[in-house]
Amino acid sequence: MSTIIAPAEKTEVVPEPITPWKPSQKTKSVSIIVFLASLFLSAAIVLLTGLAGIDGFGLALFCVVIVVTTVRNLRSNQKSRKDAFVGVFVASAAMLAFFPWMSIFASVIVKGVRGLQPNFLVENMQFTTPDDELNMGGAAHAVIGSMLMVSIAAAITLPLGILSGVYLTEIRGRLTFLVRFVVQSMSGVPSIVAGLFVYTTFVDYTSKFSGMAGALALAVLMLPTVARTAEEVLKLVPDDLRSASYALGARQWRTSLMVVLPTVRSGLMTAAILGVARVIGETAPLLLTSLSNNSFIFNPLGGPIGSLPTYIFGLLQIGTENSINRAWTGSLVLLILVLVLFTTARYVGGKDKR
Amino acid sequence: MSISPGLQATPEARELSVIFNRADRIFRRIVTAGALTSLILLGLIGTFLFVRSAQIFNDRGLKFITGSNWTAGSGDGVIPDDFSIGPMLTGTLLVSLIALVLSMPLAIGGALFVEFYATPGLKKVLTTLLDLAAAIPSLIFGLWGVVFFSSYGERWSDLLNSRFGWLPLMKVQNEVFGRSPFVAGCVLASLITPIITSVSREVFSRTPRDLVDTCYALGSTRWGAIKTVVLPFGKSGVIGGAMLGLGRALGETVAVYLLLNIVFRYNFRILESEGGNIASLIALKFGEATEYELKALVAAGFVLFLLTLVVNIVAASIVERSTRHR
Repeated sequence: MSTIIAPAEKTEVVPEPITPWKPSQKTKSVSIIVFLASLFLSAAIVLLTGLAGIDGFGLALFCVVIVVTTVRNLRSNQKSRKDAFVGVFVASAAMLAFFPWMSIFASVIVKGVRGLQPNFLVENMQFTTPDDELNMGGAAHAVIGSMLMVSIAAAITLPLGILSGVYLTEIRGRLTFLVRFVVQSMSGVPSIVAGLFVYTTFVDYTSKFSGMAGALALAVLMLPTVARTAEEVLKLVPDDLRSASYALGARQWRTSLMVVLPTVRSGLMTAAILGVARVIGETAPLLLTSLSNNSFIFNPLGGPIGSLPTYIFGLLQIGTENSINRAWTGSLVLLILVLVLFTTARYVGGKDKR
Repeated sequence: MSISPGLQATPEARELSVIFNRADRIFRRIVTAGALTSLILLGLIGTFLFVRSAQIFNDRGLKFITGSNWTAGSGDGVIPDDFSIGPMLTGTLLVSLIALVLSMPLAIGGALFVEFYATPGLKKVLTTLLDLAAAIPSLIFGLWGVVFFSSYGERWSDLLNSRFGWLPLMKVQNEVFGRSPFVAGCVLASLITPIITSVSREVFSRTPRDLVDTCYALGSTRWGAIKTVVLPFGKSGVIGGAMLGLGRALGETVAVYLLLNIVFRYNFRILESEGGNIASLIALKFGEATEYELKALVAAGFVLFLLTLVVNIVAASIVERSTRHR
């Protein structure tokens, strides 16, 4: 195609493509005004009639928008009327789909901030009952326990994940399909089953609940994520690099270890971080392997160990006002950790593509 | 491929033949061994769970699946041990199906909205948020469900019961509407919606752009293009995403544990305040279980493992097939 255009023409300014089907500025502003009016109308309906709450408002808004759409499309043909209605349905479905986690973000922040005092991040619960005021006790032991287990899990899964990524992209042996398939279906192993597995093996063998057991259970859940991300990242390495390396006389092992892997170093970091983000909030496997603890434990083999998810879970079961508030603050810390991990993964992963 | 007279065929790239020496072979063996750990691990999980619970399957046979009691014996044999997971198995399926039915329309609508209705800026923001939402721990969904959602859930249940109480599905014996399969199903639905949405969005975004543009060029509306091109193209991917979500819902522990009143009785009335699933049963009974009961719990875990494995294998093969063509 590009050969058709003569070089001289290339320098000319290419006119912007016109888009006659796009709504004009006038229709856009009319739409916005109509939508705002519908918002007010449904708010009025909620205030004046039996409908109440956010769900009532949503329902009222939906009905109002449907009526408004009907009126506005009275003069258009059947096809575009249908299109407008489907648009309303799709937008409402999207709003409903996005509402729960918007609400989760909002409520975790609003309710969690109250308990986020300095003591929450440095103290443990050894001498504090969950019912005490929020300026006593904290979740430092839980954060440390979670970090400990997650780091051990990452240290176990990262090499294995990289190896399976290298197998799928560099070696491409006979088992490629099988390995990819197993990794895919392993990502669906329920977290409690991973906990039970470690319980019947490691905990039974050492006859002790421990942080190590928790880390192993988390590793089982982390491996598929790390392996899949590693594969995706290794796929991005251009074949030219491999060919160049072979042309210089390098063997396959040198090519893989010294050319391919170093180019995706940050991508592999992303894989590890995404794996950590995947498991840091897992509760069920820890209930069967590491239990929980109220004091600082630094030894992964030294018996039950606290962790952020089990800390929140335990507080929820006590169910008094202060303990629930503590649980919200714990959730806020957990959510912030996940957010930070995600942003780091995006930032680090973005570096590769540049 | 026909070659028109003016053009010269580009020669095919030569297949590279590599001769592996000893160092290469060792390297390949190490990598293969590493890649096979996931395979071995999956096998070990199945084997260990089965071996540890073999006594239960041996003692109780098929009654373990079909029976409806979970009674720990008195130890002296006066009250015999009676463990079976019938109600929990049906409860697992019931709650997951409610979640799936509720989340499917939302997820498809959400994916279509992000991919075809949102402006480019909004699309970018929503895609990022979607990835993030899929990473919210289920524990936080459970907490949100207990503290925030359950009052809404109760109100909706009350409403549904007063309007559709004549349906066997919506009947209740006690007019307590909290902690029912419906409420738990709603929270599970919001938990799996991001997963299904992001898989569907990914599949929709692979729709060949020129086909969509052709639709527009022929005078089609947006809905026309979606109906004739996007949905048929993405159908199998959406089904695969739904299966992934179903697998997640089947194995969910804490959210169900916190939101469902776990009662050992067959219950198909979704608004009744009783139910349960296998995973929450394990979490509930684990702490105070006797040795024999623990084996029964491991057996329950084995059943759950098989169930989710089947669902996930089907899902993985569907997703794999529909995203392979780029």
